[in-house]
Amino acid sequence: MEEEESLRVVRCGGSELNFRRAVFSADSKYIFCVSGDFVKVYSTATEECVHILHGHSKLVTGVQPNPNNHLQLYSCSLDGTIKLWDYLDGILIKTFVVGHKLHALFTVAHAEDSVFVTINKEKPDVFQLVSVKLPKSSSQEIEAKEVSFVLDYINQSPKCIAFGNEGEYVAAARDFYLSVYFFKKKTTSRFTLSSSKNKKHAKNDFTCVACHPKEDCIASGHRDGKIRLWRNFDDDKKYTYTCLHWHHDMVMDLAFSVTGTSLLSGGRESVLVEWRDATEKNKEFLPRLGATIEHISVSPAGDLFCTSHSDNKIIVIHRNLEASAIIQGLVKDRNIFTGLLIDPRTSALVLNGKPGHLQFYSLQSDKQLYNLDIIQQEYINDSDLIQIELTKAAFDCQGNWLATVEQRQEKETELELQMKLWAYNKKTQGFVLNTRVGMPHEDHITALCFCKAEKSENPTLVTASKDGHFKVWILTDDSDIYRKAFGWTCDFVGSYHKYQATNCCFSEDGSLLAVSFEEIVTIWDSETWELKCTFCQRAGKIRHLCFGRLTCSKYLLGATENDFLCCWNLLSCELEWSTKLNVKVMETDPNSENIAAIAQSSVGSDLFVFKPSEPRPLYIQKTISREEVHWGVFVPRDVPESFTSEAYQWLNRSQFYFLTKSQSLLTFSAKSPEEKLTPTSKQLLAEESLPTTPFYFILGKHRQQQDETLNDSSGNELVQLPLTENIPAISELLHTPAHVLPSASFLCSMFINSLLLSKETKSAEEIPDDVDMEEERKSDDSDEENDFTEKIQDTDTIDLGEDILHQLSKSEEKELRKLRKVDYSWIAAL
Amino acid sequence: MGEFRVHRVRFFNYVPSGIRCVAYNNQSNRLAVSRTDGTVEIYNLSANYFQEKFFPGHESRATEALCWAKGHRLFSAGLNGEIIEYDLQALNIKYSMDAFGGPIWSMTASPGGSQLLIGCEDGSVKLFQITSDKIQFERNFDRQKSRILSLSWHPSGTHIAAGSIDYISVFDVKSGSAAHKMMVDRRYMGVSKRKCIIWGVAFLSDGTVISVDSAGKVQFWDSATGTLVKSHLISNADVQSIAVSDQEDSFVVGTAEGTVFHFQLVSVTSNSNEKQWVRTKPFQHHTHDVRTVAHSPTALISGGTDTHLVIRPLMEKVEVKNYDAALRKITFPHRRLISCSKKRQLLLFQFAHHLELWRLGSTVATGKNGDILPLSKNADHLLQLKTKGPENIICSSISPCGSWIAYSTASRFFLYRLSYEHDNVSLQRVPKMPAFLRSALQILFSEDSAKLFVASNQGSLHIIQLSEGHFKHLHTFQPPSGTVESMCLLAVSPDGSWLAASGTSAGVHIYSLKQLKPHCTVPAYNFPVTALAIAPNTNNLVIAHSDQQVFEYSIPDKQYTEWSRTIQKQGFHHLWLQRDTPITHISFHPKRPMHILLHDAYMFCIIDKSLPLPNDKTLLYNPLSLANESDGARRRTAHAFKISKKYKPLLFMELLDERTLVAVERPLDDIIAQLPPPIKKKKFGT
Repeated sequence: MEEEESLRVVRCGGSELNFRRAVFSADSKYIFCVSGDFVKVYSTATEECVHILHGHSKLVTGVQPNPNNHLQLYSCSLDGTIKLWDYLDGILIKTFVVGHKLHALFTVAHAEDSVFVTINKEKPDVFQLVSVKLPKSSSQEIEAKEVSFVLDYINQSPKCIAFGNEGEYVAAARDFYLSVYFFKKKTTSRFTLSSSKNKKHAKNDFTCVACHPKEDCIASGHRDGKIRLWRNFDDDKKYTYTCLHWHHDMVMDLAFSVTGTSLLSGGRESVLVEWRDATEKNKEFLPRLGATIEHISVSPAGDLFCTSHSDNKIIVIHRNLEASAIIQGLVKDRNIFTGLLIDPRTSALVLNGKPGHLQFYSLQSDKQLYNLDIIQQEYINDSDLIQIELTKAAFDCQGNWLATVEQRQEKETELELQMKLWAYNKKTQGFVLNTRVGMPHEDHITALCFCKAEKSENPTLVTASKDGHFKVWILTDDSDIYRKAFGWTCDFVGSYHKYQATNCCFSEDGSLLAVSFEEIVTIWDSETWELKCTFCQRAGKIRHLCFGRLTCSKYLLGATENDFLCCWNLLSCELEWSTKLNVKVMETDPNSENIAAIAQSSVGSDLFVFKPSEPRPLYIQKTISREEVHWGVFVPRDVPESFTSEAYQWLNRSQFYFLTKSQSLLTFSAKSPEEKLTPTSKQLLAEESLPTTPFYFILGKHRQQQDETLNDSSGNELVQLPLTENIPAISELLHTPAHVLPSASFLCSMFINSLLLSKETKSAEEIPDDVDMEEERKSDDSDEENDFTEKIQDTDTIDLGEDILHQLSKSEEKELRKLRKVDYSWIAAL
Repeated sequence: MGEFRVHRVRFFNYVPSGIRCVAYNNQSNRLAVSRTDGTVEIYNLSANYFQEKFFPGHESRATEALCWAKGHRLFSAGLNGEIIEYDLQALNIKYSMDAFGGPIWSMTASPGGSQLLIGCEDGSVKLFQITSDKIQFERNFDRQKSRILSLSWHPSGTHIAAGSIDYISVFDVKSGSAAHKMMVDRRYMGVSKRKCIIWGVAFLSDGTVISVDSAGKVQFWDSATGTLVKSHLISNADVQSIAVSDQEDSFVVGTAEGTVFHFQLVSVTSNSNEKQWVRTKPFQHHTHDVRTVAHSPTALISGGTDTHLVIRPLMEKVEVKNYDAALRKITFPHRRLISCSKKRQLLLFQFAHHLELWRLGSTVATGKNGDILPLSKNADHLLQLKTKGPENIICSSISPCGSWIAYSTASRFFLYRLSYEHDNVSLQRVPKMPAFLRSALQILFSEDSAKLFVASNQGSLHIIQLSEGHFKHLHTFQPPSGTVESMCLLAVSPDGSWLAASGTSAGVHIYSLKQLKPHCTVPAYNFPVTALAIAPNTNNLVIAHSDQQVFEYSIPDKQYTEWSRTIQKQGFHHLWLQRDTPITHISFHPKRPMHILLHDAYMFCIIDKSLPLPNDKTLLYNPLSLANESDGARRRTAHAFKISKKYKPLLFMELLDERTLVAVERPLDDIIAQLPPPIKKKKFGT
């Protein structure tokens, strides 16, 4: 297939949506948010991502609509460019090269052809607000070097800068200062909060500012939770301010409504507060938004608000304070304890989500599928509280059972531990709590694994704990006279010389269980729970333990804390090989014998892929990441790739994802960057901004192309299948407003008729008195015709006939593959 | 400075009464304050906010309204239905007049100052004409259904706004009929309250009426159409008072939660003339109801149930950031309420309606500097003397020997003789006081307790000879011809030959007691005298003024002493001049003639005239570590002012003998504990 490039580490979705304020389009239909190196365009109505604007080579730091053309969008990035986009088509129009690292972007309606950006010049913490003149030129890439200085010593965050009164002044805050620059007078007023000087622990430094759209009024948020409304700030002496105080913690963002009658504020309380008329007593709340509000933005039409949250979520909120849509990315603001899991049913990535929840995240669509509330307690947002942490989770092989462990440790001796087992309910398509085990162990649970053998009729779960025991839990009949039920009970408790159990692992066929006790690995028979043998290498505590798979199932691998990777042969009960490697992550590929190990070195993390049968690695990639890699997982591919190169063959059946310390989700890609950048939008030079739904592929442009290819291939000039657009009846139907249309029953026959082929539909009514002999000839023709239409129908319904497949262009093929990848299993369930 | 044994007295159970009204006089820059017990105090804002005059209270005269008219005339009205005019020279009540409308709730003077308007319990609004020496009833306005709680004149004098219960009426002054009746929404946060009381109204020159009410709203009305223009809900509790600045660009309201809100007229955008009222800063200087507010050109003034008078300067109106830009909180009266008998170690405490006599405790223990000595004998409450009648005590005194107590109310003078038998005290009233001793502003005993000096409110000074249960009128010094000003402060020389007396503004007069004639007058100074004392032996008169200057005047030489000239030439330390309470008491050390002891509410100071004066670079307040340093270092940094801030708020400090001091403190927490509980507010996190 493709020419194989070198394997590259790429970010695969899950990037931050809450890095900057989301921006509404002028008609409130779309919402733009920066996401890593891209700008994403979401529909506010459907929550779907409509376009991804590719083009920047570094982090995008700001996005603003073009005030002079509401169908265009400016974005700026750390790569030093400002790009102008047509967001409806997803086309890059122009690139302005500024040269500095751009940290924020502002557009003002009255500043004709210039935009404002923040840059930092020499020192890392000194930022300047400058205006950049965007030269008018027809070329694609334009140098914009005409930079004029506006304000110095400002905050990096765009939340601390606001333009007011149609661009007459700009307010910028940093630490305890509020600077206001008046463009007409070219003067700067600076206000200092008084208590900043004399109080040691003054907490009233500025966190954000917003300007009233109609009046000369600046709202500023502060770290102590107060909001100040500044007025008369054009006079250094007569300036005055009012305080609004509801937030108990830092005010994260502020926004005025379009008319300025209300002020919105949000913070760590996860409550959106609407201050009406800027009075303290007249306020409305939208509580329980789930996570800290990071940004607030208001649509220019005034009908929608949106809040970005620290759990990587954007909530679109109606004017009457009702949440109308939630755009949820990968939740990233918490420690990942569970590691990366794959839900066998949906092949979604499963990991810690928002507090107390497991999130199910679809890697294909880069979208959160749902959250499973594990702890089922109200989360109280207080930094002093010791929260219940979801520490472990495991799926069985079919995805019928989910086991979770949660713990809370107030003091050294007071450990609260709970294990929950969740059964998959087919009716509700979700997990339902089946068994709750309080204190399954005396001490922390270190490992949790299901027996993944396909044949096993009885699901088995093993937990290993620091208290020196491992316990085997099995599903038993828990029926009583009232109902039929199943529940989990402890079947066996094993220990080994009072050592702490650190890992456990079932072999592929489920016949053996390996449990590591500190430095010693014990092998147990899963039928009789007898200790079969022990391995001890005296090379430090075992950190990771796994069995080989398929042809290598006779091998057991263990990675120790003293930087040894050992491979034991279970048949001979001997050490097969060992090597010195500081393994941080070790994962087995479920579809092959391959094992991926990520080792930590001084410069970064290195990846080794090997088969247990041979100590020589299949593939080595140095410094896949500069930082520590915490978790990794193999995700089976839906469609196997066919890499021919030996080095990449390990990626054929599964894809490897890993999560670094800073919680960026990365994977490997062999595609060239250009190819990866070919956006769907370029192929679908869409004249309408329709989302690419399956129906679009069936009825829209796609069909037209198919037809053309069909025509070309068959060479049959006789038949021209009419395009839906060209039929006047249909276009009339589609373009007439719904309220003036006649009833559907009346239209139906006309519509059906219009779909019939026009030439041959000189049906009996139209030419009833024509010559008979002609009729005969025509019937022949029509027969032929009918055959053909049938054929077309075939191609439409049964996923394209084999004979046509080879004639499809490459791009179309790709399209189709994509279509197939999308999970339409829900249709079956309907 | 020397070491002293200090009696730290905290059993003076004094609670000032709450402030009901304040009235600011723009012409003289004076502030009249009335308290719930009927006391009226006059503060001179130009003289460091010194309380220069006061009118004693009366049980039946609860003032509800206070206003200045015709420049310097002060009127009050109260629930006894009377209008009272005060004589600011003689410090007594000029006259009182019944308005015949039941209790009076509100009163306001016309913008021109020639008319007085009162609002009564029966719903009537009465107009009085102010004549040169009295007031005269002119007419009634249309009678309303319920009591008139607030009144305000339109600056042109053609209309008035009257706040009642549930509605505001706008009257036409010419016809006396109600032009509009504006009903006020009773609802409070969506819940219907029974009644909405309009606590205050203000009429602006553009026809806007601002009202504050018991539902916590500040509302703006258009008086021409009688419609509500804007409403600000600012409090969960009542908004009780409003005051507008003369320029009508800002106003201030006080709420029952103790918060004072400032509203300002702010232009909507910098380049338009449109202006709007915006609530700007809240001030929380009170714990209890803010019953009254006033708006001077440079400051917001508020007072309430928590007895503090708070003066908050407006930073944008203050030209230079100096001493006047600081927040002032005045709690204690600027006069002495305590007198002391050194011989018997007795303290006499003056309350509004009674006197308390205490004997100080004693100890036999000794200790180091800073030790708290255990008492071998507790302080003893010897006597409680209640006044007869509804009037408050103006002044009181105990003789140095401890055998005489004298006090005075507004209409009677009382003299008692005390006799001691072991621990028992017997009290005997001296009968048949002469007719001229009706009311005294200040009472003083001579050092040997043989003479009594009384400053009466006619400006005359009486000298009375005291002997075993008898008294004899010796002499009366008549005020200098042409003045009627009363004397408020007296000082007598320890040898009994000189008497110094000072009024509220004119200079200090010195009389010779030997020859019974005026000796001389100390040159007049711009600021009122706050304390006076004559030093033993040298007969130097030490005078403290409200601008924190201290003068020393030699009576025999009739001129300022050399030390006083030196310190005037060099000037006082800037920190000394920035203290914000006046010196209320001066005394001397019997063995150390170079020392002057004086104190205000927050510090106690010994001025050692032999040491060099501090300049602005030296530390005025001696750091505590100095006591541990070597003698050499101490001598090098030593200067004339030895200041101790250990005791505060300090109401009285006196030297009992060479090594013993008595200090009377009144902690603010103790006062607050005795006040009614404030409105409970939910505090986040509790």
